[in-house]
Parts: sequence; structure tokens; C-alpha cells
Amino acid sequence: MGATPDAVTHALHLLRELAPQVLGAVARREGDFAAAEDAVQEALIAASEQWPVAGVPDNPRGWLYQVARRRMVDMRRSEGARRRREESLVEEEFGGHEPFVAPPDAEIGLDRDDTLVLLFMCCHPSLSTTSAIALTLRAVGGLTTGEIASAFLVPEATMAQRISRAKQSIRQSNVAFELPSEKERAERLASVLHVLYLVFNEGYTSTSGESLQRADLSNEAIRLTRMLHALAPNEAEVMGLLALMLLTDARRAARSGSARELIPLDEQDRTLWDRSQVSEGSALVERAFTRGALGSYQLQAAIAALHDEAPSTEETDWAQILALYGVLERMTDNPMVTLNRAIAVAMVHGASRGLEVVATLDGDARIATHYRLDAVRGHLYERLGDTARAIAHFRAAAERTTSTPERNYLLMKAAGLARGTS
Amino acid sequence: MRFMIMMHAPRGEGAGDWQINNWSPEDFKRHMSFMQDLNMELHKSGEWVSGEGLASPAEAKLVRASRNGGAPITDGPFAESKEFLAGYWIVSVDNAQRAYDLAGRISAAPGRNGEPLYMAVEVRQVMDAPPRTLPNA
Repeated sequence: MGATPDAVTHALHLLRELAPQVLGAVARREGDFAAAEDAVQEALIAASEQWPVAGVPDNPRGWLYQVARRRMVDMRRSEGARRRREESLVEEEFGGHEPFVAPPDAEIGLDRDDTLVLLFMCCHPSLSTTSAIALTLRAVGGLTTGEIASAFLVPEATMAQRISRAKQSIRQSNVAFELPSEKERAERLASVLHVLYLVFNEGYTSTSGESLQRADLSNEAIRLTRMLHALAPNEAEVMGLLALMLLTDARRAARSGSARELIPLDEQDRTLWDRSQVSEGSALVERAFTRGALGSYQLQAAIAALHDEAPSTEETDWAQILALYGVLERMTDNPMVTLNRAIAVAMVHGASRGLEVVATLDGDARIATHYRLDAVRGHLYERLGDTARAIAHFRAAAERTTSTPERNYLLMKAAGLARGTS
Repeated sequence: MRFMIMMHAPRGEGAGDWQINNWSPEDFKRHMSFMQDLNMELHKSGEWVSGEGLASPAEAKLVRASRNGGAPITDGPFAESKEFLAGYWIVSVDNAQRAYDLAGRISAAPGRNGEPLYMAVEVRQVMDAPPRTLPNA
């Protein structure tokens, strides 16, 4: 008797959706986030093995809740004599060997804000970003340690250690299981968005080189951001980030060729872009812009929308893109934004003007040795018809990038230009 | 048994570290598909353990702790060598011969005009027992 692929998919989706709700309820009840998180993880693993085969129980939330709480009882029992008093309390409560009954939702004490509280907690600024990413994917995303490890190409034990250290930091910094105060909210929300953005990027650019099997981090980031948007529907930057992800992910099918080689925006087959994602993303940006408080994700999303709505590179509204990069640059002081603005300048005012903007970054230690500086110069010299310089810059960029598809693309550019001249 | 297969690529002449700098786009595509097909085959056969390509040797640094304390960092250790480690695989195979066969195919990966590259490929068996006990996190 095996599980059908549909049954497995359905069970996994349901599990991931329920994970933060159940964890929130167990953590609040037990007052120990770290232990509750371990217990829920084990309940999820048990469910992922049983549900696809035996079917999803009538009350899946209560099932997970009950398994997790039993697991906590077991954990306490094994903690030994020192805790004996506590153990007898627990036994009283559970009556020792009561039959397994999954409590109805009303008895679990679900709270709509639990998931939000968990997100704020897992993305707490006291955690390193790598820890926050791992913990968020497990506690809020409901992914197993093994899935997260394989997505980041590290051994499972390494990822488990990262997660347990993250929980230790949370315990040490006494982060309360509650929503941040109004005063803190904006800053804490920014950390959450940053973590979700990094998860998306990791999936999108696959920075860790050449892997054939990576869990779909981009989809997971979109799912979590969607969830956040549902819980905080008035936050314009949440809308902006969700829009940015959708508008970027919409180009997925066109981004790489049959040999997984990178296809740049101006050479992509735009009929492959996902129109429903484009229209959903565009509508979100528009709605976010009407809220007044402009943020960097909204601006990036607006730029992505202009690209996605254009029929070709030539017919893209570069003047507006340039204006948006100008606003973004003043807002963020990020040299990567300046580099992107240089491309827009080149499209509006010509490649030489673009190169002048690039030159202003040579003295900026944050980016001066980054491969993208050479890559952009390569493209701009190519536009100018200065093939020798373009080749030199493409090659220099290829030697600096650590992304295999990117390196291959840059070497191909250089090779194509070199042949054209010989 | 596990083996580490180390691919040493020839250094380019006059156009940076990679010989591939002087290839045509077609040469390049042929080479990339070769590597991809090989990796796919290893995944499908269950022999793949891990594998990575390494960034350019131009970015390599050599670190050696000194008697006077500290650990000075110097640039590119292989400045004068003709070949450099470009990438590696760790495969789990039934016997050593299979690892040598794979190494032989890698060595003859297609290069310029599809000609075999005849790269130096080093094969080393990976020790069976781990060097030390790791904690079970």
C-alpha cells in the first residue's frame, strides 16, 4: 500500500500550513518555545510519514497538537529524578495512559496572532541572519531540518546545530512570546521582511553553486510572505515585498535555457513569463503605493513591474525606471542600487553616461571589487562598440563571481564577442 | 567505497586563469552539457555524494601560521603552476575501477573544437571512518 503523489502533496501542504498554528498554541501553553518547537517538529515528521498513507485525520490540527504535547511529556519524563515532581503533575493532567484523542480546535486555544508572533520571534534582530533563516523555515514554514539542510547544501547535523543555537540565543535574550510593541514594530517587521527576502534570493539565485536538487526556497518565501500579508494586510512594505517576489519569480521559466545557462532579461522569451503572477504583483504594487509610506521593497517591485509589463527591452519605460532608482538610491545608500541606476542611465542617456555613474563606485570599498561592477562595464562597453574593453571586463567579472551559471554566462559573452572580432 | 576525484584544469594563456576564455560559445556549451550529464548520471545511479566547482584561482589566498605568531595571508599560491584545482567530486562507488573510469571520462571532457582536454585528474580514496566523532545535534 503506497501513498499517491497527490495524497503526499496534499498532506505536506496542510502540514506546513498548520505547523505555526500548532507551535504557537503549544509554546504558549508550555511556556517553553525551544522545547515546544522540537516537539512540534517531531509531530510534523510523524504526520508526514503517517498521513500520506493512512489518510489525513479528521482533525489534523488537534492531532498535531496532541502528538506534540505527548512528546513534551515524554521529554520531561526522560529528564530524570530532578524533575520528578513536575512529571507527576503532568501525569495527573494526562491521566498517565489516556487513549489518544485529538482535541477540537476550540480546546487548543488557537490565536490568530500566534503565527505573527512566531515570525517576529524567529527573525529577532539578536539572531544572525543564517540562524534566523533556518529557524523561520522550520518553526514557521514547517520544513524539516533535513529539507532545510538540503536546500542550503549543508549536512543535516550542521543545520540542526544552527537551529538549536538560534533557539539558545532566543532563550538568552529573553524574547517574550508576544507581539512587539508599537514602538518596536517597524524595526522588527523590517527584520522579518529581510529574512524572507534572503530566503527568496537564495532560491532564486542559487548562490551555492551547482546543485540539481534544491528545495524550492523561492516558493517557500512567497508562501510565507503571503501568509504575513494575510496577517498584516495594511503593511505597505509587506505588499511591496510580496509583489517584488511575484514579479521576479514570474520570469522563472524564461531565466535559464536547456543547459541551465543564464538568459539575461533582454534576451528572455517574454511569452514564457507567468502572466497571472505579473498581474497579481502589479496590482499589489499599485495598492501599496496608494498607502503613502514609500519603502524600498515597493520601489523595487515597481521597477520589476515596469520590466514585466514591457513587451521588449526597447519598449521598456526606462525613464520611469531611472526615476525610481533615483528615489531608491536616496532612500537606501546601497551601492548596488547605484550600479542598477547606471544601467538605467545608459538606457536613457547613452552608455557613456552610464559608465560615468559606474566610475563613481570605484572608490566605494563596499562594491569596488564586486564582479557586477565589471559585468555592467562589460555590457556598457559592448553597447558602445568597444569590444576589446567589453571582453576584458566580462572576463574579469567571470573570475570574480562565485555563481557557476553566472560565470558561464560571462565567459560565453566574452567568447561570443571575441569570435566576432577575430 | 568513497573516492575524491579532483580535476586539475590547465591554466589559460594570456586571457586570464581559464583556458576556456579562448573558447567559442559552442565549445563552451558542449563542455557544460558534458559536466551536467555526468552529474545527472551520478545522481541517478546513486553514486553522487558531493561535488563543487571552485572559484577562480586568481582569488585564491595562501595562509600559513608563522613562528612569530599570526597567520599572514598571501595571494595566489599557484602563480607559476600550469594547472590548478578547478573542482572536485566525492562519489560512492562499488570499486576503485569505477572511480578511475569516471576520472578518465572527466579527463577527456570536451574542450576547444570538441577536442578532449586530457586534464590531470587525481583520484584519492576517502577514509572509511570519520576523523573524529561528531556530536549528534
